Amino acid sequence: MKLSRIIANTGEWLSGSGPHDQIVVSSRVRLARNLRGKPFPGWAKKAERVAVLEEIRSAVEGLPEMEHSFSEKLEDLSPLEKQVLMERHLISREHAARGAGSAVVMNEAQTLSFMINEEDHLRMQAIRAGLQLEEVYRMINQTDSELEEKLDFAFHDDLGYLTACPTNVGTGMRASAMMHLPGLVMSEQVNKIINSVNKIGLAVRGLHGEGTEAMGNLFQVSNQTTLGEAEEEIIARLNRVIAQILEHEQNARQILLQQRPETLLDQIGRAYGILCHAHSITSKEALNLLSFIKMGVDLGLFPSKSRLQVDELFIETQPAHLQKGLHAAKMGAEERDSLRAALIRAKLKQMPEPEIGKIPTNGFCNSSPSTGEQS
Amino acid sequence: MFCDVCKSKEATVFLTQIIEGKMQKVNLCEGCSKEKGVNDPTGFALADLLLGLGAAQEIEKNPAGIRCPVCGFSQADFKKTGRLGCSACYDTFAEGLSGMLKNMHRGTVHTGKVPAKLAGARQRNQELAKLREELDRAVVAEQFEEAAGLRDRIRRLENEAREAEPAPNRIAELTAGDAEPLVPKPRQKP
Repeated sequence: MKLSRIIANTGEWLSGSGPHDQIVVSSRVRLARNLRGKPFPGWAKKAERVAVLEEIRSAVEGLPEMEHSFSEKLEDLSPLEKQVLMERHLISREHAARGAGSAVVMNEAQTLSFMINEEDHLRMQAIRAGLQLEEVYRMINQTDSELEEKLDFAFHDDLGYLTACPTNVGTGMRASAMMHLPGLVMSEQVNKIINSVNKIGLAVRGLHGEGTEAMGNLFQVSNQTTLGEAEEEIIARLNRVIAQILEHEQNARQILLQQRPETLLDQIGRAYGILCHAHSITSKEALNLLSFIKMGVDLGLFPSKSRLQVDELFIETQPAHLQKGLHAAKMGAEERDSLRAALIRAKLKQMPEPEIGKIPTNGFCNSSPSTGEQS
Repeated sequence: MFCDVCKSKEATVFLTQIIEGKMQKVNLCEGCSKEKGVNDPTGFALADLLLGLGAAQEIEKNPAGIRCPVCGFSQADFKKTGRLGCSACYDTFAEGLSGMLKNMHRGTVHTGKVPAKLAGARQRNQELAKLREELDRAVVAEQFEEAAGLRDRIRRLENEAREAEPAPNRIAELTAGDAEPLVPKPRQKP
């Protein structure tokens, strides 16, 4: 399969639906695995990395679920293509930076992706829309079980799956949910929540994981520890915390709606105004304003059929996505900012103005404040 | 973190000394620190104290510390990158890692998924470790009849393990005792 086909279609996690998908954008589980007796990628010589790549790549391509897949060596991808995959969370920043001996494999729906020779020999992830960590784990666990028949994974009786970094040893699993939390940000509660989540061995991070800034009010909640608990226990613990954050976000929006409706409407109206009329906009500003539009859709101020359009803009306005169809040389930041503004203007033109009279006084459409199924 | 001398008790006395511009750290438990008379760490070289005179020069010659026999990765490499060289490094640097893992994670033993083809071997190894412990206890307690029974069960299991394929669950046959502990990255003085 050609990369152009992958790039032309947004992944299932963006266009699809799942439980609580208004607030929980996506659920993701990744497993880190290494081959027994082979040096980890960061320490291996090029020839060793290439040998590991060949062995893993053919095993992955042979999986029944990877029948229609895209598979490419990183050295054969342009910097722009790598960045597109990164912006879609299909490869990591670290992986994009690697050259010879690394590869990426993914299925057509972009729900399963494999990074070969990232920090570990193999990092595989499953990603779906909404809050469904158990289902996502089930997917990747099945893939892992199929792969372990063909590959000898490094496993230690006491320490479990061995990884290049001791922080991943044990299950080698990182489960995470991407959450959209404008209510908690506006009511200035988000730092309190981040701090209390960090205290219980879970992490809250920005849009692109470790060390990245939170933009567009998007936060990634994930487990930090991997040893001493079974995969299902980690996910259950994470689910409980996510359900609580979800409830806090819903409450925060409700309170804003009741106590400061003018502030809320002002933010959404201004965001709409700027996005409709800007001629130059950075990706950070765009994301932060789009976040208010997204909340406006949740509130029923915009028709619900606009939802996908808005969600797509979160990705389409990222630097590499902006340039993906153009074969021109890499653009400068100013050029991108004006292209981004033009794209947003064109998309928002298809959307009606926010219907302020439609603001619900007794809650959000389609989102009940209870999160019963998670508890 | 365990004591560098007896390697069995938790270290509570931490000494840092600069020798010819190189930082050396020694961690001791209370008992060993008293036994070695550590109350004025300025008066002697730590390495000499622990390993006999002349040892400090020995360490100077090999500042990287121990190396992984499988992949050649050294303690210094780990301090620099925070990553290990290969799966065998987990055994090579087991002693230093154990304290680090304890602080990093919620437990020290993996309780999750086990690759299907290794599950049998892992169970056997855990059973063997338990039986060997019981055997030691029985011998100390001079319960020789029980010890003989345990020994037979251990032999049976060991034979099973040899027959089973594949059984290379352990990555490297290394004794943790000859590994130098990994010390945390020395903090830079401002």
